[in-house]
Amino acid sequence: MEDLLIQIHEPGETPEPHEHDERLAVGIDLGTTNSVVAVSRKNAPEVLRDPDGKGLIPSVVAYAADGSAVVGGMAKQLLLSRPEGVVSSIKRLMGRGVEDVKGLKGTLPYDVDTADAADGGMVRLNVAGRRLTPVEISADILRALKERAEEMLDRDVDKAVVTVPAYFDDAARLATKDAAKLAGLEVLRLVNEPTAAALAYGLDKEVEGLYAVYDLGGGTFDISLLRMEKGVFQVLATGGDAALGGDDFDHALAEHFLAERARDLGETEISTAEAKQALMTARIAKENLTKRDHGEWVVEANGEQSLHKCDRATFEDLIRPFVRRTIVLCKGVISDAGVTNDEIHGIVLVGGSTRVPLVRTMVGEVFGRKPLADINPDEVVAVGAALQAEALTSGSDTLLLDVTPLSLGIETMGGLVEKIIPRNTPIPVAKAQEFTTFKDGQSAMAVHVLQGEREMVDQNRSLARFELHGIPSTTAGGARIRVTFQVDADGLLTVSAAEDTTGIEQEVEVKPSYGLSEDEMSKMLYDSLKYAKDDMTLRLLTEARVEARRVFNAVAAALEADRDLLNGNEQVEILRAMDKLDAAISGEDRDVINASVETLDVTTQTFAQRRMDRGINAALEGHSVDEFEGPERATCLTKDVTEEE
Amino acid sequence: MSLQDECRAAMHACWSCKGPVLAAELFCPTCKAIQPPGQVDHFARMGVDACYDLDGVKLDRRYFDLQRLLHPDRFAAGTPRERALSQQQAASLNDAYETLKDPLERADYLVHLLGAGVLPEGCDMINDPVILMEAMELREHLADADTPKEIDAIATETRRDMDDCVEELKTAFTDDDLKTACRLTTRLKYLTKLSDETRVRRSLVAPHS
Repeated sequence: MEDLLIQIHEPGETPEPHEHDERLAVGIDLGTTNSVVAVSRKNAPEVLRDPDGKGLIPSVVAYAADGSAVVGGMAKQLLLSRPEGVVSSIKRLMGRGVEDVKGLKGTLPYDVDTADAADGGMVRLNVAGRRLTPVEISADILRALKERAEEMLDRDVDKAVVTVPAYFDDAARLATKDAAKLAGLEVLRLVNEPTAAALAYGLDKEVEGLYAVYDLGGGTFDISLLRMEKGVFQVLATGGDAALGGDDFDHALAEHFLAERARDLGETEISTAEAKQALMTARIAKENLTKRDHGEWVVEANGEQSLHKCDRATFEDLIRPFVRRTIVLCKGVISDAGVTNDEIHGIVLVGGSTRVPLVRTMVGEVFGRKPLADINPDEVVAVGAALQAEALTSGSDTLLLDVTPLSLGIETMGGLVEKIIPRNTPIPVAKAQEFTTFKDGQSAMAVHVLQGEREMVDQNRSLARFELHGIPSTTAGGARIRVTFQVDADGLLTVSAAEDTTGIEQEVEVKPSYGLSEDEMSKMLYDSLKYAKDDMTLRLLTEARVEARRVFNAVAAALEADRDLLNGNEQVEILRAMDKLDAAISGEDRDVINASVETLDVTTQTFAQRRMDRGINAALEGHSVDEFEGPERATCLTKDVTEEE
Repeated sequence: MSLQDECRAAMHACWSCKGPVLAAELFCPTCKAIQPPGQVDHFARMGVDACYDLDGVKLDRRYFDLQRLLHPDRFAAGTPRERALSQQQAASLNDAYETLKDPLERADYLVHLLGAGVLPEGCDMINDPVILMEAMELREHLADADTPKEIDAIATETRRDMDDCVEELKTAFTDDDLKTACRLTTRLKYLTKLSDETRVRRSLVAPHS
């Protein structure tokens, strides 16, 4: 039985390497235009490619009348023949409400369902006779990525690190996580795209210093300032625009073509389908103009073709306002971080849109040095995500310390916003705010949570509203309600509340302004055919095993330390309960595992009591009480840290 | 309270192996399970001396070392309880780091820590006419500045005043002169606010340069 007692692990390490390596997780870059899945094993990341060697999967989904979905290159081709059933650039709508999209209507090729506009909430699209949320559409893309990974790796894949723009707000992050859940993927961590890119460049190993990551994708722009030091990535400041990217270049060029048509043909209107085709043409033109100086393209609408000439200078004039906006944001972030240009050691370029020569020139000018672009800018984020996935499953010395991209606040009197967690605060973070009643006998209070940098409520994004009930009846200002805002390492917010004078804790039901409700989510999960019941059972079993192994190891460690507190019979009894638990863990029955944990818990109760008594007696004998308090702790802590080094 | 009770209060049972753990311990000495964050001040949490003149490099290093042990990413494969505790620990650590890193917040915090009960109004008191006058003059100055050059000059001056203020704070805290420390903290608050406003105004006057 001795050999039962040797499995003791350092904190954070996964205790059980299973016979089939359950710990594999992939890295996914869920992009506006293209998505990529990669895996890293033994610190060697590789992009998972199709048999033709293509790593990029276009983030385009085509829906058939029967509801089946096709994702990727095939769907992209259908964009021209059956545009009404095809969705592209869905990432731009993640976590967005109907109100947000109204302003974009006409410029974005989506058929937005406005029937429910009055309820607010998450936007829905009409696609091939169905009403779909961006979460469901993104889930279809993620499913395709999961399938590709499973095919290439020849095994099940159910864990992933998924990247999001650093500038994504809470609603968009939550939507991304929900989409992964719907696709049957457990998200180990949402990682910011710029951070992933820096990881891929191995900046953590190479050099210490300050780096800027300029990420211009199809629909989003991020600029992050990172400090590397001995394997730690510390994000100092981040900024960007969740609706600025290469798509805007396409739009500008398409509008230029359409303006020429209006001038020459007197055309005033085109259909949504024709708009999609014009955008496709513009995208091709943009890509050509990256390599060549000029070219000619054909646009067709209302049964009439037109030929459009464009040279690079004209194209650059069209897109300059967008690039200039990225430069302004870069300067803002540098100033936020309180650093100067000279202190920045390098700039990393990420995103397909950084191939555009004007972007490279202007970025080079503002930072005063040539940017790094050795790794394929389309794949670099997925590579970084894969490295982080490996770090999370197999352990690593690298550490990512991220920040909140946008300030979190609450609505106060007069429609003003009071900031509670300012932007660029390191996460995870927990901040409490005290509220009080303003009327005698007030028993409820409404709280409105907002995200953004502006002073007025209506200029920021509404994240959630909730009401606190059961406030003890007292005079105005008498009750003290502490509301705690927590942002986890994924950048997701949770809220809890407690009344301080009575100590009543309250669960707060937060209604996300643009998210899916619990009901909607469970219905979608239920409807999702690929999310079989077996998966759920297996997941619960895995969780029970992890918890049981934790209990087993804890008792083993306790026995190793304090075995002499037990007589022979007592030892045998505990070892027997451990044996039973060990056997249960190897079995397939979750209830048996949980029952065995319970039994072991009861069996060790006396043991636990004696250990506590011994600890207290040791403290009484050997030390003075002062050692446990005050400044001495600093010394204790110092010792702990050095021991770990 | 008897000595035994005090010992008991300074100790709790590890949630995982039920063994004895000292209040501020990060991990259980027996089973190595992560513990909830203890109630300690920011300096103790960071393992640095409670003084104003902090070595920033040392603070950073300490912070990284501790995050390496406590960050939720270290517990991605852990149980929900371990993940929740690690999040609490990492959040407490971030709070301590953010407070101590910033010269103004550090001063504010240390004044409260040292002067609890002595100066209940803390550092928000606007009772120093000299500081008040200076703040008003600087604000008027900024309001009159229209060119980037003028604003930049104010920014540089403010920056220098802030640096001086921090140096004076070091002396005040070293001399245990809490009253002066309070006054200087108030001044630093005004200067910081002015510095922020200067930046905003600078971006409005010449947004693209």
